Amino acid sequence: MDLTVFLVQVLNGVQYGFLLFLVSSGLTLVFGIMGIINLAHGAFYMFGAYIVFWLNGVLGNFFMAILLGVPIMIVLSLVIERFAISYLYQRDHLCQLLLTYGLILILNEAQLLIWGSDFYSVPVPEILSGRIALTENQDYPIYRLFISVVGLLLAGGMYLVIQKTRLGMIVRAGASNREMVEVLGININLVFSIVFSVGAALAAFSGMIAAPVSSVFPGMGNGILIVSFVVVVIGGIGSIKGAFIGAMLIGLATTFGQVLLPNLASMVVYALMAGILVWRPQGLYGRTTSS
Amino acid sequence: MTTIFDGDRRHFLTLAGATAAAGFIPTRFAIAGNAPVKIGILLPYSGTYAMLGESITNAFKMRIDEAGGKLGGRSVEYVAIDSEMSVPKAGQNVNKLISKQKADFILGPVHSGIAAVMAKIIGKKGSPIMIDPNAGSNAVTGALCAPNIFRTSFSNWQTAVMAGPAMYDAGHRTIITISWKYGAGIQMMQAGRESFEKAGGKSVKDILNPFPSVEFQAHLSTIADMKPDAVFAFFSGGGAIKFLKDYEAAGLKAKIPLYGTGFLTEGVEKPAGSAAEGVQTTLHYVRDLPNETNKRFIANYEKQFGAGKSNVFAVQGYDAASLLLQGMAAVDGDVGAQGKIISAMGSAVIDSPRGKFTFSKSHNPVQNIYLREVRNGKQVTLKTLAKGLEDPAVGCKA
Repeated sequence: MDLTVFLVQVLNGVQYGFLLFLVSSGLTLVFGIMGIINLAHGAFYMFGAYIVFWLNGVLGNFFMAILLGVPIMIVLSLVIERFAISYLYQRDHLCQLLLTYGLILILNEAQLLIWGSDFYSVPVPEILSGRIALTENQDYPIYRLFISVVGLLLAGGMYLVIQKTRLGMIVRAGASNREMVEVLGININLVFSIVFSVGAALAAFSGMIAAPVSSVFPGMGNGILIVSFVVVVIGGIGSIKGAFIGAMLIGLATTFGQVLLPNLASMVVYALMAGILVWRPQGLYGRTTSS
Repeated sequence: MTTIFDGDRRHFLTLAGATAAAGFIPTRFAIAGNAPVKIGILLPYSGTYAMLGESITNAFKMRIDEAGGKLGGRSVEYVAIDSEMSVPKAGQNVNKLISKQKADFILGPVHSGIAAVMAKIIGKKGSPIMIDPNAGSNAVTGALCAPNIFRTSFSNWQTAVMAGPAMYDAGHRTIITISWKYGAGIQMMQAGRESFEKAGGKSVKDILNPFPSVEFQAHLSTIADMKPDAVFAFFSGGGAIKFLKDYEAAGLKAKIPLYGTGFLTEGVEKPAGSAAEGVQTTLHYVRDLPNETNKRFIANYEKQFGAGKSNVFAVQGYDAASLLLQGMAAVDGDVGAQGKIISAMGSAVIDSPRGKFTFSKSHNPVQNIYLREVRNGKQVTLKTLAKGLEDPAVGCKA
C-alpha cells in the first residue's frame, strides 16, 4: 500500500468514524446518564431516515426536511419516554431490555405500515452534490465531507453544552450520582425526559444525515445499533469524548480490517473491543463505578 | 370412515395404513375433498428482505386465485411464518409448519442459509413437498437435492455463469469481483470469476464484505487503486442501492464499467436513479420480455399491488403456484399420493413470465439467461446469453 492509498483509507476510516459518532453520541448519553439500555436506538435511526425521505419528497428540500423532522422525532420520543420508559427507572436492566426490544418491534411494524417494505433513497442535496478528485481514479463526494463537518460540529457543541452549561453540569452530576442530584432539589424526571428525547433525536438525526449516502430500507437500524454499542462500550459508558475516540477507532479498524485482513474483517471490531476491555474494563474514558 | 377423519392428514394416513393392512383400500378422494390444502409459508416479512417475501406471497396467491382459488379441486389455506431471515430459527420454524400446522406443502425461503436448513429437514422421507421460490444456494438442487424439493427460481451458478463471457466479449480483460461474504454472494462470485477466466480473462482480486455490512468505501479505494477493466458485483436490496450510489459517487462508474448478477439492479432502479443507469447484469428474467404471459402477469399484478411493483421475485412466486397447480391437478387434490404429485411436478412445463421452462432431474429450472441493462430507470433486454441453461447439480445423488 503506497502513501496515497494509505491516506485515502485513513480518510475513509475517519469519515466512517464521524458517522458512527453521530449515532453513538445519543446512545451513550441515554445509557450513561439514565442507565437505560435503549435497544430501540437503531429503530429511531431508521425512523429518522424514513421521515427525511418522506418530508424531502413533500417539501422538496433536504434541509427543511431535517428541520421539520427532528422536532417530530423529539415529540415522538417524549411521548415514548412519558408513557413507557419513565416507568422503568427503578427497575433492573432486564425490564428495560424487554421494553426497548418491544419498541423495536413496534417501530419496525409501524414503519412497514406507513412506508411499506420497498427500498427508497434520498437524493443528495444539490448544493452538496459535487465531487472532489482525490486520486487519478477516485473522487470523493462532498456530501461525505459534509457528514464529517456535521459530526465535528456536533462533537464540539455537545462538549460545550456538557462542560460549560448548567444543564450540562446537572447531566454530569446525574451520571455520577443520581440520588444526590435528586436530593439537591433538581427535577430529575425533567432532566431524564430531556436527555432521552435528545438521545432519540440524535439517533434520528444521524439517520437523516446518513440517508442520502445510505439507502432507506426496513431494518436498516439493526446493524448500526450493534456497532454503536461497541463504540459506547469502548469509549466508556456515558462519555461523549469516549464515544468520539471510540467511533474513530472503530471507523479506522473497520476500514483497515476490510483492506488488510479481508477474511477477518467482521471480527476486527470485536477483537479491538475485547482488547480494550481487557486493558480497561470501564472503557477508555469511563469512570469506575462507585456504587 | 369420513366421519372419523378430522381434517388431520397424519391421523388419516395412520388410519389409511391400518385399513389398507386389513385388506381394504379407502377411496382417498372422497376424504381429501373435504379439507382445504394447507400451504405452509416461510418467508421474510420484516427487515431488509420484507419486500421479497411480500412479492412472492402476493404473486403465489394471485396465481391460485386465477385458477379459481383451488388446488386439485380443494380450497386452499395459508399458514405463513416470518422467517426474520434468521438461520438459527429456521429449523424450529420449519418443524412448526410440518409438525404443528401439518402443512401439505412448504413454500420458502428467500435466504440461502435458511434454504440449506430447510432442505436438510424436508429432504427426509415422509416430509411434505417444498418449493423454493427464491433462495439460489447451489446445494438445494445439488448436494441436498431430494425428490420432494423443487425450486422455481434459479441456482446461484445460473445467474452468474454467463457474466464471464459477456464481460470478455465487451473487451474487458481484467476484473475485480466484489460481494457479500455469505452463501449466495460467494457462489455467484465464483461462477462469475471462473466463467470469466475460462473465457480468457483474469480476475485480479476477490473482495468479500461481511454480510450485511454496507460500508464499501475502503473497497472502492482499492478498486480505484488497482484499476481493473471492469467490476463484477453481487449485492441486493438496500445494500445494492448503497453500493451503486457509492460506486457512482466515487467517480468509478464512468471509468470502470460495473457488471453484476441481476439482483444488483433488480427492483432498485428507481431509488438508485442515475447510479444504476447503464449497469449491465445477467438474470433469468427481464421485465420487458415480449411473451404474452409476461404482459398479462405484469398487468394483473400491478393492478392488484400497485404500478411498478412487479419484479423477478413475484415471477418466482407465481411460478411456484403454477407448479403446484399442475402437481395437484394430476392427483385431483389427493396430497397422500406424493409420488404421483412429484412425477407430475418434475415433468411440468411452466408457462412463466420468463418464458416456458421445464425442470432438471434435480428439480431446478432449465431456463434462459439474459443480459440486461438499466435504461431510463427500466430493465432492457440486450440479448439472450444462454438458452435452456441447466445447473450441473454438483453432488446431487437423489
